[in-house]
Amino acid sequence: MFQVEDIRKDFPILQRKVNGKPLVYFDNAATSQTPQHVIDAIVDYYSNYNANIHRGVHSLSQEATDHYEEARLKIQKHFNAKETHEIIMTSGTTHGINLVASGFTSLLKKGDEILVSALEHHSNIVPWQMLCERSGAILKVIPMNDEGELVISAYDNLLSEKTKLVFVNHISNALGTINPIETIIKKAHVVGAAVLIDGAQACPHIKADVQALNVDFYVASAHKMCGPTGVGMLYGKEEWLNKLPPYQGGGEMIAEVSFEGTTYADLPHKFEAGTPNICGGIAFGAAIDYMNAIGFEEISAYEHELLEYATKQLLEIEGLKIYGTAKNKTSVISFNLKGIHPYDIGTLLDKMGIAVRTGHHCAQPIMDYFKIPGTVRASFAFYNNKQEIDALVEGVKKAKMMLS
Amino acid sequence: MTIKAIQEELIDEFSMFEDWEERYQYMIDLGKTLPLIDERYKTEENIIKGCQSKVWVHAEMNDDKVAFTADSDAIITKGIIAILIRVFSNQHPQDIIDADTDFIDEIGLKEHLSPTRANGLVSMIKQLKMYAIAYQTQLN
Repeated sequence: MFQVEDIRKDFPILQRKVNGKPLVYFDNAATSQTPQHVIDAIVDYYSNYNANIHRGVHSLSQEATDHYEEARLKIQKHFNAKETHEIIMTSGTTHGINLVASGFTSLLKKGDEILVSALEHHSNIVPWQMLCERSGAILKVIPMNDEGELVISAYDNLLSEKTKLVFVNHISNALGTINPIETIIKKAHVVGAAVLIDGAQACPHIKADVQALNVDFYVASAHKMCGPTGVGMLYGKEEWLNKLPPYQGGGEMIAEVSFEGTTYADLPHKFEAGTPNICGGIAFGAAIDYMNAIGFEEISAYEHELLEYATKQLLEIEGLKIYGTAKNKTSVISFNLKGIHPYDIGTLLDKMGIAVRTGHHCAQPIMDYFKIPGTVRASFAFYNNKQEIDALVEGVKKAKMMLS
Repeated sequence: MTIKAIQEELIDEFSMFEDWEERYQYMIDLGKTLPLIDERYKTEENIIKGCQSKVWVHAEMNDDKVAFTADSDAIITKGIIAILIRVFSNQHPQDIIDADTDFIDEIGLKEHLSPTRANGLVSMIKQLKMYAIAYQTQLN
């Protein structure tokens, strides 16, 4: 049984005050808060078995290695990867995307095409532009409609024999749209293109099954799903990971080194040069445990309830417009008040202890589409409650009164 | 009035406010009264980088004093600019260069002083001082 008040007790930060008011944290799409279970895992690591992994013969190193590899198993199980070595530990989603983009340099030739969606975060646009500069490939954009949904008929027209890669986020960070990735993946495979799905926004809401999706690459960040910052994962199908060259050189990623040449280590170590974020990886595993113990179905059902509750109340405010009205969306509300800059609303809400995001959300192409400088974005997590939404609605009303 | 005297005056005005709401309401009202920049100066090169809202600043020299006009698309930012212009506009360039900005802390707007703050108050002050340095060089 989902009891939000019990869940809130797991998050120490929710007890604090900001500007003298109880914190209302609605910037979950930027980073999630950390439950005690994950904080404990971090403290436990540094208090009891901090050591470098994979190479020490001593017990401490062995213990740390065991915990770290256990975390990899948890991640594999969570995303339902077929093999443990298909999970590459990264520093986060951006790292995973760059690793794949870099690896494709030698696999592309001039005139090949890469498709990205109009809903992308900058981190999912720039690496492909750089890849195009290196390889001579061409970047094409899958357009969106006024609701913030991808236009699948346009996607059909863009797909061809020239398409080698398709990159789409599972959920848009700026608008909350849940993209029809099953369809996108199937259609890409018909023309022989590989697909990378950015799961940064989806991972706190949806349990993605990479085998059922038949996706080639899937990336996520721990800090979006109750884990620490600076750690994430890249799932890649074994055949693809074997085709890609290593991303960075260094320790851990080699089998044998001489000045004549080096043989690379097997997967996943080929892509894991240097000492990784050991504590972060272990805490990522703890975060996955924590969220699964609550249950993703329960989480998304409750968040949907929050979304509907907030949407209804906010729309009652005259002059308030919500951007991103896809039928299938997650608990993100991007909005503006008529004639008022989002920055002004965000500043006043902050004075009331309410944390929202303002600006272009690293998705300037979306803002250009709507011809706005940015939006105010409130994103809800399973540890938020309806009283907090009431505080937001009151806060927006007050800000509107002060600003008009 | 000297920069210091204007700063004292502002500190006095802000000390009358009891809470953040009154303080911000005053800034919003100040923003509304800001004499706007001439449209022709709202150019790309007059935009101050580092602000989440757009800020344009134009400077010119009249009788050895620097006059600033500015605008922003966000009203609170405009209020902050209005305060800065009141302090720094129509002052001798050397006085602008020498002026400190401790008054911002004293009027309860310290939170806007962080260099990472998206409104770029720090960038604005830097820009005003840069203009002053440029004009001072001309005078020398």
